Amino acid sequence: MEPATRLDNNHELSLHDFPYIIRWRDDRCKRCGRCTAVCPMFAIEPAVMVQRVLRSEGSLPEPKAVRRVVTIIKQSTDIGKYCTGCATCSLVCPNDAIEPEYNPRHKFIFHKNKGGHPYRRGGRRNSPGLSTLDRLRFTRISMLTDPALDAGRHEFRIRTYLGRILPAEELPVKVVGGRLEVDRKSGKFIPPVREIYPVMIGSMSIGALSPNMWEGLAMGVTYLNEVEGMPVVMCSGEGGMPRRLLKSRFIKYFIPQIASGYFGWDEIVRAIPDMIEDPCAIEIKYGQGAKPGDGGLLMAHKVLKLIAEIRGVPMGVDLPSPPTHQTKYSIEEAVAKMIQSMYMAWGFRVPVYPKISGSRTAKAVLNNLVRNPYAAALSIDGDDGGTGAAYNVSMDSMGHPIASNLRECYLDLVAQGKQNELPLIAAGGAGKRGNLAANAAALFMLGASAVSIGKYIMQAAAGCFGDEYNRCNVCNLGRCPRGITTQDPRLYRRLDPDVVAERVVEVFKSLDVELRKIFAPMGRSTELPIGMSDGISADDPAIAERLKISYVC
Amino acid sequence: MCRLVAITSDEYFSPVENILALETMKEGHDGSGMGLILKGLGGEFEELKDYPILSGICSKEGINKLDSYMDKIGFRLKYAWTPKTRHVKGIEARDYYFARVYDYPDVYRDRSQEDKEALLLKTRITLRKLGQDDESIIVFSFYPDIITLKEVGDPLQLGTFFGLDKSPLRAKIIFAQGRQNTNYAINLYACHPFFIQGYGTMTNGENTAFIPIREFLSSRGFPGYIGYNSDSEVFCHILHYICRRLGYPLFYYKDVITPLNDAEINMRPDSEAVRFLKMSLRPLCIDGPNCVIGFTPDGTCFMVQDAKKLRPGVVGGVAGKYGLMSEECGLDSAIPERDKSKDIFPMKYDMVIVRPGAGEVEVWNQLHG
Repeated sequence: MEPATRLDNNHELSLHDFPYIIRWRDDRCKRCGRCTAVCPMFAIEPAVMVQRVLRSEGSLPEPKAVRRVVTIIKQSTDIGKYCTGCATCSLVCPNDAIEPEYNPRHKFIFHKNKGGHPYRRGGRRNSPGLSTLDRLRFTRISMLTDPALDAGRHEFRIRTYLGRILPAEELPVKVVGGRLEVDRKSGKFIPPVREIYPVMIGSMSIGALSPNMWEGLAMGVTYLNEVEGMPVVMCSGEGGMPRRLLKSRFIKYFIPQIASGYFGWDEIVRAIPDMIEDPCAIEIKYGQGAKPGDGGLLMAHKVLKLIAEIRGVPMGVDLPSPPTHQTKYSIEEAVAKMIQSMYMAWGFRVPVYPKISGSRTAKAVLNNLVRNPYAAALSIDGDDGGTGAAYNVSMDSMGHPIASNLRECYLDLVAQGKQNELPLIAAGGAGKRGNLAANAAALFMLGASAVSIGKYIMQAAAGCFGDEYNRCNVCNLGRCPRGITTQDPRLYRRLDPDVVAERVVEVFKSLDVELRKIFAPMGRSTELPIGMSDGISADDPAIAERLKISYVC
Repeated sequence: MCRLVAITSDEYFSPVENILALETMKEGHDGSGMGLILKGLGGEFEELKDYPILSGICSKEGINKLDSYMDKIGFRLKYAWTPKTRHVKGIEARDYYFARVYDYPDVYRDRSQEDKEALLLKTRITLRKLGQDDESIIVFSFYPDIITLKEVGDPLQLGTFFGLDKSPLRAKIIFAQGRQNTNYAINLYACHPFFIQGYGTMTNGENTAFIPIREFLSSRGFPGYIGYNSDSEVFCHILHYICRRLGYPLFYYKDVITPLNDAEINMRPDSEAVRFLKMSLRPLCIDGPNCVIGFTPDGTCFMVQDAKKLRPGVVGGVAGKYGLMSEECGLDSAIPERDKSKDIFPMKYDMVIVRPGAGEVEVWNQLHG
């Protein structure tokens, strides 16, 4: 006998193949439609369904089967409309009637390549386990032989330097009348150095971020500097900066980034004659931890009027940045000449440093920079870093964790006696599980002079939904439900830049307290404990051996 | 916490004075070692000031190794002093304690002072390495007008053991430390005071920034920056690095180990240079609760401490004799006749300096330069 309907649904997916399954409660739902209106993926939609119900209406039980049409919320099984688990539906539901539930047995990755297009997304490596940084503990606690400090009352100086630092032997100083004086006649180039807060906001571009998000971050950073006296700095990411900011006195808190697409640099260069302050530094991006060796792409639908103006390009076109700086042929050109060119643009008053992906070749770059007297720092971005758009395979499988990469580079500098001359900036995974202070302090003790954060500040300051279970992660589509990584005004107006700024300030102030709570019991207060490797231990002997720190159990 | 007694005088005095002062601080040292450095030697050494003195301890085999090495290099023994040791219960006597005065090898006779000092350093390091594995040779210093004595035990008992109470050994500057062993092994090389090329220091308090400082010093490419059996040895090497290698005046030592903050630096007349120092020598910030007492080759003695030092050291005395000590009771023992109301407890910004001859005490203030 033939079935009433066909049962050969072989090429369809079931909800169990999807990473998130919507749990919708019929009894709570009042059918207001808010959830379906906000879903960035159209993963849920209102639908009708025929229900068969038994009813008995008389004084005696006389059940009758009744068929009725009801409205429901239905989850799509179209792979293009998968539920990302962002839970914006739960956020707007007045009756707690809906929520996505993570399905650990999903087979999403097997199917998300329709049309031969591999899965692309934003976010970070989907690796929810403990990172190496999370496995480090601060074990050298001052007990009786020296006093632990009072984190609340003692004077702490949590600062670091960004810029090439001359070795003492090369300082242009001489003794005159029993005092040291700077020798103006020496003709020695003194590289510019900034004193900054050791945790900086890493490169996220206007374009990748919505105008409200970027403005919120920028206002927060400015407030921290101007009102709280915390010299927190922020990198622009590739794609320029608003002209008004370039010409303002606040540019000194920002680090414009130049990357392989050179987007935004026409505007920046044109603004130089009108700039009343120098930027904090210039970052040359050679790589990014989340997608090492890969270029960038700002999709056409994100290239709206503001972005087109800032980047100096037409509206509505894809903006690809190549994997490498294509006008450069070698490390000598790419690094030495480019660094010098950028120095020249600001009269050698602004530190210029490269940023690379974490890589086993990082030491080769480092050694090149060591010999370049203009290189102001090296920023290394580990594979737990984030991105606005990349292939899933790049994010999940490419790159080098920051901990051992940083440690190797630092110890290499120590072997050459250059550990104080070329600051290392560590990025990629600091605060992955929310414990930014602990991760940052561990990175300092492994040898970082500064730590750069991206995802953490998006989560803490703007409530980014993304996590290592592939939640949300649609930054690449311009459909960010929080309004953080979108250029759609209907979405980004959800994000109040003042609230973002307020949260940035709260986050850094609380970070500062937590750093003191780490440094104080270890007896450190005057200088950042860079390379204080006897202060930390790992709970795994192999990690301890690799990082050349102690093992505790 | 280790106890420190430094006395500087315009007249020769016996190290017993230091030991008696240490005795008054007995609750603070645990018999894990005492070190003595004598500078500005009197008695039989007064006429030998131009010749380097090798101070150390050898086993019977070690002394043969030492002699053959020194012969090979061309050092000629001019005079040998050994303490007349006595049996003291609890102190394990080693074979041969010595302070041996040598004449330079002929080829070095007309060489510069710098070359001579490099040779002395190299020789000391080689001897140290020669005897390190079997502890057959332990050498503490090899420098003109300096004698170093170190041994494990209670200071007073060690004084008796070395026969210092009956010895004519005298000096104008004597540093003594009674060690309280904390987290490092009992090892004579871990015992203060430390010495390198005319500079000496002793310290108390744990050094929280030891590892980055050690890594910085070890990577300066200077052969003398080795050892570090104690975290306090770095204080001596920092002093040597600042004053000798970089040629900065003494008070910049304070600027390097306890740097000012930016606003404070702006108050200094030499602010530009101080800011450079703070950046370039950032890894040498001690950032710990330490009191450092030191001397320089010309015989200037000083005391500095970090702001985290909760119990400051004290400097006091009379014209011609000053003590720099970790506790006031030590000063009472060594210089009871002084006006105690004039004792100086150096604070956060202070560097207390007593010039050779111990005529007076200067307090250099870091804020004002």
